[in-house]
Amino acid sequence: MPLSRSDVERVSLLARLQLGEEELDRLTEQLSQIVQYVEQLSELDTEGVEPMAHTLDLQDVVRPDERRPGLSREEALANAPRHDDECYRVPAVLGD
Amino acid sequence: MTSAEYEIVIGLEVHVQLKTASKLFCSCSTEFGAEPNTQTCPVCIGLPGALPVLNSHAMELSLRTAIALNCEIPRFTKWDRKNYYYPDLPKGYQVSQFDLPMSQRGWLMISDPEGEFPETKIRIIRAHLEEDAGKSMHDEEAGKGDSRIDLNRTGTPLLEIVSEPDIRSPEQARSFLSEMKLLLGYLDVSDCNMQEGSLRVDANINLHIPQQQEMIATPIVEVKNVNSFRAVERSMHFEAERQYRRWQETGERLGDVPKQTRGWDENAQVTRAQRHKEESSDYRYFPDPDLVPVIVPDERVASIRDQLGELPAAIRERLEQQYSISAYTADVIVNQGRLLVDYFEELAGLSGNAVLAGNWIQQDILRMLKEEEITISQFTVSAVSLAELLTLVDTGQLDHSRGREVLQAMVESGEGVEQAIASLGIEQVDEEALDALCQQLVEESPAVVKDVQAGKQQAVGALVGKARKLNPNVNPGRIREICLELISRMPGSEQNPGD
Amino acid sequence: MPHGMMTSATGFRRYSEIERATHPQGVDMDLEQTSATDLLSELGSGNCSSVELTEACLQQVARHDDTIGAFLQVETESALARAASIDQQRAAGDPLGPLAGLPVAVKDILCRRGVPTTCGSRMLENYLPPYNATVIERLENAGAVIIGRTNMDEFAMGSSTENSAYQLTRNPWDPERIPGGSSGGSAACLAASMVPLSIGTDTGGSIRQPAALCGVVGVKPSYGRVSRYGLIAYASSLDQVGPLARTVEDAALLLEVIAGHDPRDSTSAPNEVPRYSTTVREPLEGLRIGLVKEHFGEGLDNEIASAIEQAVRVYESLGASVHDISMPHAGYGVATYYIIAPCEASSNLARYDGVHYGYRTDTEAMLKELQAERQLLSTQEDEGNLDSPLVRMYRRSRAEGLGAEVKRRIMLGTYALSEGYYDAYYLKALKVRRLIRGDYDAAFKQVDVLAGPVTSSPAFRCGEKTDDPLSMYLEDLYTVTANLAGVAGISLPCGFTSSGLPIGLQLQSAPFQEERLLRAAAMYQAETDWHTRRPPWHDIRRI
Repeated sequence: MPLSRSDVERVSLLARLQLGEEELDRLTEQLSQIVQYVEQLSELDTEGVEPMAHTLDLQDVVRPDERRPGLSREEALANAPRHDDECYRVPAVLGD
Repeated sequence: MTSAEYEIVIGLEVHVQLKTASKLFCSCSTEFGAEPNTQTCPVCIGLPGALPVLNSHAMELSLRTAIALNCEIPRFTKWDRKNYYYPDLPKGYQVSQFDLPMSQRGWLMISDPEGEFPETKIRIIRAHLEEDAGKSMHDEEAGKGDSRIDLNRTGTPLLEIVSEPDIRSPEQARSFLSEMKLLLGYLDVSDCNMQEGSLRVDANINLHIPQQQEMIATPIVEVKNVNSFRAVERSMHFEAERQYRRWQETGERLGDVPKQTRGWDENAQVTRAQRHKEESSDYRYFPDPDLVPVIVPDERVASIRDQLGELPAAIRERLEQQYSISAYTADVIVNQGRLLVDYFEELAGLSGNAVLAGNWIQQDILRMLKEEEITISQFTVSAVSLAELLTLVDTGQLDHSRGREVLQAMVESGEGVEQAIASLGIEQVDEEALDALCQQLVEESPAVVKDVQAGKQQAVGALVGKARKLNPNVNPGRIREICLELISRMPGSEQNPGD
Repeated sequence: MPHGMMTSATGFRRYSEIERATHPQGVDMDLEQTSATDLLSELGSGNCSSVELTEACLQQVARHDDTIGAFLQVETESALARAASIDQQRAAGDPLGPLAGLPVAVKDILCRRGVPTTCGSRMLENYLPPYNATVIERLENAGAVIIGRTNMDEFAMGSSTENSAYQLTRNPWDPERIPGGSSGGSAACLAASMVPLSIGTDTGGSIRQPAALCGVVGVKPSYGRVSRYGLIAYASSLDQVGPLARTVEDAALLLEVIAGHDPRDSTSAPNEVPRYSTTVREPLEGLRIGLVKEHFGEGLDNEIASAIEQAVRVYESLGASVHDISMPHAGYGVATYYIIAPCEASSNLARYDGVHYGYRTDTEAMLKELQAERQLLSTQEDEGNLDSPLVRMYRRSRAEGLGAEVKRRIMLGTYALSEGYYDAYYLKALKVRRLIRGDYDAAFKQVDVLAGPVTSSPAFRCGEKTDDPLSMYLEDLYTVTANLAGVAGISLPCGFTSSGLPIGLQLQSAPFQEERLLRAAAMYQAETDWHTRRPPWHDIRRI
């Protein structure tokens, strides 16, 4: 299998997903299968091919440095799972 | 300075908040100090479906800075997402620049007017534009430990300037930062206010320790949370000593342990290891599909370069040559910023004595500004008025200390030179009155006369003091001259300089 | 069972009362056979009012949506109020927009100020956007009456609408079968004649594939043609909003309204918008049709292959020339897509972390869980491997708020972007993407449009592919390349299988050649009556 269970565990932390034991097993298998499928791209010689991140050839799309009214604090916090009418609240941020 | 046992190697990362009215990718205000969460919109708080559009002025200010830092400006630059989770980063990624930054390979010259280290070129690896995160505040009162998140700052434009590890001492680090700050001020691209977070510094430091056969490098430590230039200097001193001790204890070298991040504790004046991140930082950079590349043609670079104006290093050199002032004075003036340079140049021109103008600025004006905690733009005495005063001093019509009194009066009352002189009761004392006064003093002070005649010319100072008590408007220099002359004509004098 | 729960909560069970109170007799209007374009002239001539039309649509929803499940929410009251206000404006002689009074259904992925927008996800169950998507603004300015939010695969990830967190949507041609996805609700409500027009989004085929499986018309515009502002992102470089309708003319009408430059979307093209609704009726002289030979290999259902061949013959009979085209990289489309789309998605969906909006796990339970885990640890060192409360809150919120397919793609994308894999997967895929675009560029030098299948097989049965993600992904074989290359595509009805399931014909054109694409499609439609067929399972009702 191209992906090991510990690969999947590592990625689940990077992706901030909590996975149960069964889910880990299932995903290890499914992701391996998909990764095996997409690996067919390695057949292609792409030497010298410019990567294409955008299909449109747009550039220099800018706006003037002007202020516009945004959201009121009430609107900004309205969808927050937890807030104190001033700030969003989350379990303690440790570290820095 | 660098100890004999090791060499300190420092590279700095400076985050500069650019002086724009609105954020990097949305039209929210960047004003500091607003009530929490009152300067946000769907774009900067990453609501589903919202999309970024680049602020043209932020790009302009970045280019201006990078060009002034002698950077190469590639024709093509793009935006990348730096993915990580943090509550003050509402999209779960920061829009930044990864492999194709808007500028690279520049340099900044630093020097020390006191001559502690020679003029040194600090190379710049790159400068790139990115968006700032919000603010997390730990709420002690909540007991169980909640954090509160304010997203006002989220999306503010930041220019990240990364130096090569060319800095060799804490003093040089400080000098690099003050020269950088000065440059940013001349370019008018940032407020550079460290208290408000518009200039933030992270430092990477390690030691090179020479041993018999080899040069040993200690593990690199990143020091964060250094919020003043003094803190940078002190934290680097602390960290160098700590790393040296650590090396002596453990022998750890670069590569033996993962890069450590330490925070500067301003109260304790120590660096402390920060809690280990949950995982090794894997930011999964990739091009932001919501933003398109920016093309910077050579003509644009040339036109920005043409409009940069004169920058500190060039001004220092010019002032020194054009006005024959000392390197030290030029440095002091230039370090105060463009407005003070303008003030000095106007003053030097009008007063006709640049050295005097330089001295007055250095000794009097800067002291007054500091005492009042104001800048030169808030100083009430114009260069024109001060030039009038300096002319009086320069021609001996006022002595230096009376001049200072007049300046003080001008500052306090807002009056012009003449008015201030008048309200201080200063008036010209004519020569006849001076002669009479001196004659009287000489006659009343045989002891002084005797001393002077014995060769102690400085004894005449007592007469000058008495004269000023009798008439504060007298010119002390003139009193001195006249008294000496009178004494020299008196019997008992060995020579008669008048004839 | 989730199906039906939403409907009773949203008030259209109360519809019968409204019906009796306001509209006892009904007007003589055939909702099933009258196109949006014709309904506009009915409205314009005063033969019916917008309120009557809206009521007729609501009634059709009330009759059939318990079975179909196309709508997550039907906005009975606001739609009727809006219709009444359009009627008033019309009566007062006020200037009216090009869709004035026409009911439109909108995929639940476009933000509407103060209206729940869930993207088919539990994560956004209670989310109320504080702003309108540009497409919503354009619809409103055009006088459209938005009658509800249609069901979809969660975050537009899926090809069957089975990945909705809320309900199944069934194919009106066979309720045992899926309607396609991810815009399954928007296609199904059209096939069931609940509305004359709907809005969908297409990232890898999510408009064209359900349109094909439901026997309606769906357009994926060129990338940049329609603003993405307010479209909840799945894969930003591939997502496009587009129209679904029962005729090509109707799709042209709706596209004309929603297309155009938007300064709020940096990837929106500044190109002028042609008058699609007018030019769509003009046949193309000397049309050159290309057949991609790679599209007719193994795996393509025989009935579909012959339906496409017959469609090509129709074009020939209209004087079009047919050319064989090779797109050597077409077969790599799915692999390329399933790297690029999940990579972008893994980043786009990072914002759903339970901090600023959306679902958050029960933090008390989360802290207890952590405490229990800590007690099981024997050494201090192990503690370092334990999630912090914040990290655990993220992980639980996302695990509970997001569905299996969404998690699968987030995992896939996170993996493909992670250190050591970026070049092999993401960068490689971007290069192959350019090769695919190169295939298209070469093809469009020779022909005006490419013709081919939309899907390799007709609508499959509910549940048939849910345990086999890869076979579900292969559903997108013929559609993903248009998204990867940014070209325009349309699906229109071109026949039925022997078991009576619709077959779609896909036409594709070069970027910003929608005008040509629509005209070519309309030429075919004028010669055939597939688009007039309606599902057999319910009565044709006149109201």
